[in-house]
Amino acid sequence: MTIDDLRRILTECAGMDESVHLDGETLDASFTDLGYDSLALMETASRIKEEFGIRISDEEIATVQTPRLLLAAVAEAARSQVAQAA
Amino acid sequence: MKAVFTGLGVMAPIGIGAEAYWSATLERVSGITELERFDASGYPARLAGQLRDFKAEQYLSNRLLPQTDRVTRLALVAAEQALGDADVDPESFDDFDMSVIGSNATGGFEFTHREIQKLWTHGPERVSVYESFAWFNAANTGQISIRHGMRGPGSVLVAEQAGGLDAVAHARRVLREGVPLAVTGGVESSYDPWGWVSHLATGRISTVPDPRRAYLPFDEAAAGYVPGEGGAYLILEEEQAARRRGAAQVYGELAGHASTFDPRPGSGRPPGLARAIRLALADAGLQPGEIDVVFADAAGLPELDRAEADALAEVFGPHGVPVSAPKTLVGRLYAGGGPLDLVCALLSLRDGVIPATAHVRDVPADYRIDLVRGEHRSARLRTALVLARGNGGYNSALVVRR
Repeated sequence: MTIDDLRRILTECAGMDESVHLDGETLDASFTDLGYDSLALMETASRIKEEFGIRISDEEIATVQTPRLLLAAVAEAARSQVAQAA
Repeated sequence: MKAVFTGLGVMAPIGIGAEAYWSATLERVSGITELERFDASGYPARLAGQLRDFKAEQYLSNRLLPQTDRVTRLALVAAEQALGDADVDPESFDDFDMSVIGSNATGGFEFTHREIQKLWTHGPERVSVYESFAWFNAANTGQISIRHGMRGPGSVLVAEQAGGLDAVAHARRVLREGVPLAVTGGVESSYDPWGWVSHLATGRISTVPDPRRAYLPFDEAAAGYVPGEGGAYLILEEEQAARRRGAAQVYGELAGHASTFDPRPGSGRPPGLARAIRLALADAGLQPGEIDVVFADAAGLPELDRAEADALAEVFGPHGVPVSAPKTLVGRLYAGGGPLDLVCALLSLRDGVIPATAHVRDVPADYRIDLVRGEHRSARLRTALVLARGNGGYNSALVVRR
């Protein structure tokens, strides 16, 4: 999953302010500063599960603070799901 | 303390904005059409007053769209209009000096219909997290409050069609407790298939297919009502506070209000509407002869029309006061109905015009009411009484004065 996927999914789940450009510059901005609350992130996690089959628990998504950390959490979850399957 | 209306916001099937609605009312534009947002051909009733041209994305940011039902979008736009009309900049107020008091009878049906459909077709994980509050009658008050940073006492009143007037009256109570400004009113929208069957379940919806003959309150041919969507939000301010900030205009004063509840069916005791009218007049310090026009609840069912006509004849005397039912152009808007009639009343007072009740022709003589029909009536108007009854026994009566 890429930053482009994340941008699209966040926008579909909770919209995006015109002033926000989610790219390399804002990868480390906090979701709070970007205007996403815990519900927006739960919705995002559910969409990631639906689209990519990668599960991030409600407990984990609540602790993820930035887009970079969310992408890392998705990558980590994908690796462990693959490992479990193997 | 005087509570005055300083701003109007309207989302009506015949116009977005108070002036557009008022012009359309005077031009007798009907907003009642066949249901458009789903195929209603298999249902016994198919007419509703719909906001056919409303595109939420033209008014609201994409941040709000995923988390709001259509009804909440209508509320947000109406509230914003009312603030604009009153020339209120919420930034210039302390957060706790602004309250939001709204009414909504049916909640966010369309959103919930879609999410419940996901639940049974795809499972719980596909249900939007925003379903947790988007369905809720209180979502409108909450979203208006969040959007404009209004942290004074907030409320939601639910009393079917009577709730909208009850909410406005409750806003006056909040002003009496020292809050200078309230955004108050109500809207409704539940016109997805699931919402529609909930309307039909009351047994009160007209099945007459002709939009001009379907909703005929006080007419010999009355056969139910047509439901509609939309409503109004108004800005209610303590008069001195409104003056101090240089309010753009004052449409009128909330002079009196009362709510009553009907006795249980079969008790033999009379319905509570006449008592609500008397109590509202007493609250306003007015005699029946001092009311210049009545905006009727206009149920559109013979038994209820007769009960309202009897209440009016009892309090005002036979043919004692001009009565209008402009909602014949838009349908019954539940929580939005009272506030929209209230806007109509305030603009009637401003312009000295009682809009004619559309479509109604033959009023039984023994109703003994002066229902304004045919031509609008010009008159010097100082006071108006707005009535609303909610299914389940609610009565609400509100008096405004110029």
